[in-house]
Parts: sequence; structure tokens; C-alpha cells
Amino acid sequence: MILIGERINAGFKDIKNAIINKDGDVIKEWARKQTDANADYLDVNLGTASNKPEDLCWMIEMVQEEVDTTISIDNNKPVMLKEAMPVCKKPPLVNSTTAVEEKMNELFPIVAEHNASIIGLVMDEAGSPATTDKRIENAGKIIEKAMEFGLSPEQIFLDPIIMPLKFMQPQAKEILSAANQFQLFSDPPCHIVCGLTNISNGAKHKILINRVFLSMLIANGCDAAILNVLDEELINTILTAELIMDKEIYADSYIEAFQKK
Amino acid sequence: MEIPDVKEKWTSKINVVTLGATKPQGGTRSKTVTVGGETTLPFITFEGEIPYNPVISGFVADTVPDWPEVIKNAIGKEINSPVEWAQKSVQEYGVDLISLKMIGADPAGKDASPSDCAKVVEQVLKAVDVPLIIWGCGDDEKDNHVLPECSQAAKGENCLIGSAKESNYMTIVAICKADKHKIISEAPVDINIGKQVNILLQDADFDLKDVVMFQTTAALGYGFDYVYTIIERGRIAGLKGDNLMAAPQICDVAGETYRVKEAFSDDDVLPGWGKLEKRGPMWEAACAEGYLQAGADILIMTHPEAIKSVQNTIKSLM
Repeated sequence: MILIGERINAGFKDIKNAIINKDGDVIKEWARKQTDANADYLDVNLGTASNKPEDLCWMIEMVQEEVDTTISIDNNKPVMLKEAMPVCKKPPLVNSTTAVEEKMNELFPIVAEHNASIIGLVMDEAGSPATTDKRIENAGKIIEKAMEFGLSPEQIFLDPIIMPLKFMQPQAKEILSAANQFQLFSDPPCHIVCGLTNISNGAKHKILINRVFLSMLIANGCDAAILNVLDEELINTILTAELIMDKEIYADSYIEAFQKK
Repeated sequence: MEIPDVKEKWTSKINVVTLGATKPQGGTRSKTVTVGGETTLPFITFEGEIPYNPVISGFVADTVPDWPEVIKNAIGKEINSPVEWAQKSVQEYGVDLISLKMIGADPAGKDASPSDCAKVVEQVLKAVDVPLIIWGCGDDEKDNHVLPECSQAAKGENCLIGSAKESNYMTIVAICKADKHKIISEAPVDINIGKQVNILLQDADFDLKDVVMFQTTAALGYGFDYVYTIIERGRIAGLKGDNLMAAPQICDVAGETYRVKEAFSDDDVLPGWGKLEKRGPMWEAACAEGYLQAGADILIMTHPEAIKSVQNTIKSLM
């Protein structure tokens, strides 16, 4: 599973303050903690703290001063990306585009130029899709357009768009079904990613809902997630689900082995 | 229309393991042997790199193995002396390294003492200049005494010591760290235990980059099928980024071939099966070549004709 650490996001108060006060230590601390927990990517999000490219670049630099984990730039504005992409030491993961033609035409050339990857949210001008079919239609648009710009399936992370269980209960089934069918687009398939915590928005038993839904997503081909990598039980759920799906070879100490990785 | 590129893309590679130490490296070998480093499945050179050829290790034992006369005769009188047997294997058969097994230490057999075994190691090291693989007799309790002395006798020679299992790995790790050797991690035709042993070695602070995996070996039927599948699956896992399964792999073809009745009974017992003189080495060669295809990096072999045949196969495929 490709683990994308969600914590360096100005949606969290400490990060927002760090950006405003240019306190690099807070960013570095979260970069270190998430890397030690085996994050493959670190999501970096300016949120509402700033809209200046130099602030985004500063965040990336702070992360890279501490760790060499690959960056996921959580921003979809070409002006920001053009500045931030060259700062990344490894080809980053851009979070994200939609299936809107204009957006893809702006973002894919930048991604291709830097040999980076990009998350494709399967929504279009009409907004979030309500059905499996609509999700697949939008995914098809993203893949077709990505191919035009010479991106390989491995550079595309399709996001089926997770909706809150509490408010849109019938959606969960549609999401799982869509993820399952995303695997059929190509061989090797695109990555399938999810912003996990949306599923438990507003719910009382958030932690449990996250864990159960993620294991169901894994059973339907999901191989990447933006999540709290420090939630040990959530990570153990992933490891176990992947064994059940025969993605990894079983060994009695599989959890201990991951922790020591 | 452009034909799509359907080549398999692997993300990782098999560990590179070098055996033997020359004088500047603290040993007395005149050459070292390196295996591993593949970024693709066996012989699929257009999909990745195969930097080192698979190698053949000559089977040598401290005691004459319980093999059919015709097989022993093919090796000649040298089979009675581990020193001469090792020399003949290197000089005449052109093997890349020697695999020395202490069959004689078996408590149910000759029950040779650990110090006698260590002497054999010393003598063979003096007699040949290629790297050495050193095995106990297979009895855990006895090997816990035999292997430390053998390891000590070969200190600094960067040998491959066999083998670490779930039951004895702590001893093997300790001696290999102390005497600077590498480890064979063994599992009984079980990929899950194979991975578990590697986790245990890692927990014991032994670098998995100094490990070669051994799934025992089978020379017939389902056993062959299981081992083949495990070797292949291990290789694929290693290529996909499972660091716990990225070790090169070894097969004891000689040690197993002449234990199956089809490869040790002559045609008076198996009418219609042809003369054992030919069938034996053919069986050994076919078994070895099967494992090459599965992904084995080191093949332990004995019959000169079988060795020659597999050497030619490797040459023609690489």
C-alpha cells in the first residue's frame, strides 16, 4: 500500500500557525514522525494559511531538510505548481486534477515535464458523481487525456471520491464498485487512491468506520491512501487486508516486520 | 498503429551477495563469486538487468554420500577425500565454488566430532582457492556444535554458512557475525516460514543483504513443483519491493537428486527406464535447469556430465 501522510496540512492548527510564523520545526517534526511511520509520500497543503507560491516552496523545503520522503503537493493551481515542482528533490505526486478538460490541459503538461504523478478525482463540471457509471466515465476521460500527454498508468492515481457514510449512505457501495472497475482500464492498472477520512465525516465511530471501509477498498483494488499514518491499528488493518488479498507474502511476524522497515 | 510496450516493469531488485574473501579482503581466496542483482525474472534480459550469471557449486562431503555406485564412479576415487574431491571439482569440472557438507557429523551415522569437521574445512580451504559454502549435517543439536567450529576455522573467508532455521538462527547469526560469514536461511518448502526466518534474522540485527534463501530442494513430482513455485514467487516478491524476499536463492540439486528412486535405481529395478549411468546425470541436469528457470542463483551439483550440461545451458542463455 502506498501511504500518503496527511498531517502537513494547514487544516491543522499547528501547521497553519507554523506557516504564518515560518516555524519550520513544526513542519519538520511532522515530516519526521510520518516518515518514521513508513509514509511513502508526505502531503503538503497550504490550505487557507497562504496563497503564495513561496510559502508552499518553503513548506516543501522544510520537509526536505528533515527527510527524503517524496512530496505530494496538495495544490492544483498551475502558478503554484510551476514554482513548487522544481523544488521537489524527487518527482512529486500532484493532488489533484478533476476530469474537467481545461484543468487536465493545464496540469498534465506540468506533471509530464517533471515525470511526476497526479491524483485524478473522478468528478467533472457537474460536480461529484453519484453513480458507479459516472465515476468510470470520468476516470476514462482522465486516463485518455493523460495518455495524450504521454503519462503512463503508474503516474495516475484515480480517486473514486469518498462521500460521508453518515450523509450519503448509498454512495459507499458505488465507490467500491467503481474502484473495482478502475482496475480494468489498463495492465498494469493505474493506482487507486482514496482520501479515507471523508467516509467517517460527522460520524460518531470514525476510527472504526475508517478501518472497515479501507479494508473493503483494498479488497476492491485500492493501493494508495491519504491517511493518518500514525494510526497504528489502521496501518495494521491495511497490512492484514493486503495479506488477505494476497498482495504480500504471509509471515507470522508481518506486523513487526513492517514496524521495523 | 503503434504496438504497445508490454514489457513487465519491476520496481526493485534482488540483493547482490558476494562470497569469498581475497587476501586484501582478509581471506585467502584467489577469487570471489557474486550472485543476485537481478531486476527481472530469469533470462528475460530484455526486461531488466541480470548482472551476474547463476553459478554452480560443487557438492563435496566429509564422508562418501550414500549414492549409487555408478554415480560415485563417475566422480572417481577422489570422492573418498573431501580435499581431492574439491580439487577435482574446481580444476576438472570448473565449478565456481565448493559446497562442503558435514554428512559425517550426523549422530545417527559416523558422528564425527566438531573439531574433525573443522579440520576438513581447513584442509579444503587450503586445497582450493574458490569461495566455500559450509553446511552442518542437518541435525540441529549437533550442528549447534559443528558449525561454530567450522565457522571459526574459516574466519574471515566470507563463506556462506548453512543453515539458519526458526529453531537455531541465533547461533548462526552469532557465529556469522563473529567470523564474518554470510547466512543461508532455510525453510521446509514453505514460503511463509522462509519470510519469517528472514524477519527473525533481521530482528537479530543480521543484514538481509548478506543472506541467501534455501527452500530445501526436491527432485521429483509435487515436491519439485512446490519448490519451483516458491522460488519463483519469492523472486517476484523481491522484484516487487518486498525486501524480506529479495535474497538470492540456492538449490541443493546434488543432495536431493540421488535420493529419488527414479534417479538412483538402475534398470534392473526399473525396467524400461534406461541405464542409470546416463539417467542419473540427466535427472540431475534437468532438475538444475528447472530451478534455473524458477530463479535459483546457486546450484549445488555433483555429476561431471550434469555440471557440464548445465554450464552450457547457462552460457547459451546468458
